[in-house]
Amino acid sequence: MAVEIGLLKSIPYFLGLSTAELEAVKKHVFEQAAERNDMILMEGDPANAVYFVVSGAVKVFKTSVEGKEQILCILKAGESFNDVAIFDGGPNPASAIAMTPVVLYGINKTDMEAIIRSYPDLAANVIRILSKRVRHFVSLVEDLSFRHVTDRLAKLLLEYATDHGPIGGEAGGHPRLTQQEMAAMVGTAREVVGRSLKALEEEGAIRMDRHRIVIVNKKRLEEMSGVAAG
Amino acid sequence: MIVKPILNEALCNGCGLCVTVCQCGGMVIVGSIIKRVDVADCRYCAECELVCPTGAIQCPFEIVIEESIDITFEE
Ligand code: SF4
Ligand code: SF4
Repeated sequence: MAVEIGLLKSIPYFLGLSTAELEAVKKHVFEQAAERNDMILMEGDPANAVYFVVSGAVKVFKTSVEGKEQILCILKAGESFNDVAIFDGGPNPASAIAMTPVVLYGINKTDMEAIIRSYPDLAANVIRILSKRVRHFVSLVEDLSFRHVTDRLAKLLLEYATDHGPIGGEAGGHPRLTQQEMAAMVGTAREVVGRSLKALEEEGAIRMDRHRIVIVNKKRLEEMSGVAAG
Repeated sequence: MIVKPILNEALCNGCGLCVTVCQCGGMVIVGSIIKRVDVADCRYCAECELVCPTGAIQCPFEIVIEESIDITFEE
């Protein structure tokens, strides 16, 4: 499959570029595919490229010396990763792995610098995207430092709940999450997630239904996660 | 279709811990490598994922809101 202009256009980085400009950018874009569980980037490695998710879901995470994983974000179509390293010249700040089969577009560091120089309007897009990312991390820091694990899990469940529950959950909605992944997202151990889910179930907020976590009392979860119930 | 744990045979070292922990006798090991989960018996308790030392088993969950499920449950 070749790089498609239509797909490039749907990536927020390239918002506002004309078709002719996108054609010029396209020359620098390479495509990369990965299967579920394929490593895309290793934390600490020299940064070579910025990546855009075209389809599927990518997990960006850090690993502690004891091997504990903290998920920083889960990215879906249109979102980018490793941009910080491209712009500040440091190594990859985190690792990235495919959670589903994924298709990525990538742009090499030097090419990206040249593109921004040629199209200064892109810089405004980049600022917007990086600011949004900073906001996400500020909220993550707040969650990790101030919230109780069960409340953090309640917030995560609300964020990842799909309205229509597509089977497999990979296509349109959110990717399915293992308890290990939930643990890494809320910053706790896998065993604690098991206990917290049980606590939420006993409280009548959720129901475990085989491979589904069914939210039965959305209001209760909203209260726990600090979201003003409306 | 009944969803079952996802097995990655390439990561399995045949330690058998998943079989020990599975309360439903649903894990099947063939020639010292995990081969399948007997779907009819599996309760999706995710205990096998928890004990597996190599990450060869994954039990991903779909998170849904009650009103949006369009199938009926007998309770
Ligand atoms: S999820 Fe539970 S019941 Fe199913 S195979 Fe694993 S341990 Fe056995
Ligand atoms: S616990 Fe993991 S490594 Fe051990 S037999 Fe089961 S699948 Fe294989």
